[in-house]
Amino acid sequence: MFEIGLAHYLTVAAALFALGIFGIFLNRKNVIIILMSVELMLLAVNINLVAFSVSLGDLVGQVFALFVLTVAAAEASVGLAILVVYFRNRGSIAVEDINLMKG
Amino acid sequence: MIVAALAFYLFAFVTVASAVMVISARNPVHSVLFLILAFFNSAGLFVLLGAEFLAMILVVVYVGAVAVLFMFVVMMLDINFVALRQGFLQYLPIGALIGLILLVELLVVVGGWSLAPGASLSVVAPRPLPDQVTNTHALGELIYTHYVYLFQAAGVVLLVAMIGAIVLTHRRRDNVRKQDIGAQLRRSTSSVELRKVETGKGL
Repeated sequence: MFEIGLAHYLTVAAALFALGIFGIFLNRKNVIIILMSVELMLLAVNINLVAFSVSLGDLVGQVFALFVLTVAAAEASVGLAILVVYFRNRGSIAVEDINLMKG
Repeated sequence: MIVAALAFYLFAFVTVASAVMVISARNPVHSVLFLILAFFNSAGLFVLLGAEFLAMILVVVYVGAVAVLFMFVVMMLDINFVALRQGFLQYLPIGALIGLILLVELLVVVGGWSLAPGASLSVVAPRPLPDQVTNTHALGELIYTHYVYLFQAAGVVLLVAMIGAIVLTHRRRDNVRKQDIGAQLRRSTSSVELRKVETGKGL
């Protein structure tokens, strides 16, 4: 109970990941919440990487977490830019209309 | 020991609870604020694990940049969020089912896994003891030597993302007067005429 080990952190990460998936299904129409759910899932992945890195005594896990963080930031910026352009063209951000964009 | 355990439970509980609020809050601004809370508390989890550098990066990059970017977009776009919430309950059962299945599967994995016998021998970069080298120092020594190409690639990813975001959102508007330095410098002196104006008379 008071001995915090690897399994505790993995449980938290699993809960966060499942909540991210759940959020994507729950907010099918709102792209902003979907992007936030993706951020939550990447955060869960980072917690897993760091927990294993500390548990195995290997620093490479933290290096990988650093790169995951970089890619997550790039993904958020490009996703939000696409969202802004889409809103400028259509006046809404409803996801189900996005397939209108295909040629 | 018990303080660390209590801190872990506090951080973990607040992280998961604010993640629940992120996906279920009625107002997206509240969602972003709860996302910031979740990031802060997972930074606390990282500190408990001994990864201080990543904890600080999480606060600086996620809270300082990504969450603020989300906040800007949510507040800038004039979106009817009530219309976007229609069908919320329609997707609730299937989403809950899938999320629950995934959670159970992940927990089964967490409960049932075991380390391979040779795993502790295959450590690539052994973590130095905290009283010798700080976490930031050790990570820096690793990133700038063995992983320097990956580090450069991460920089390229960020550059591409920056250029992509600028190209996507930049637009040329016609009714805005801007300074065109090239046109100014191209003006020849023949287009300018100097006239002597007599005193008391106009041109």
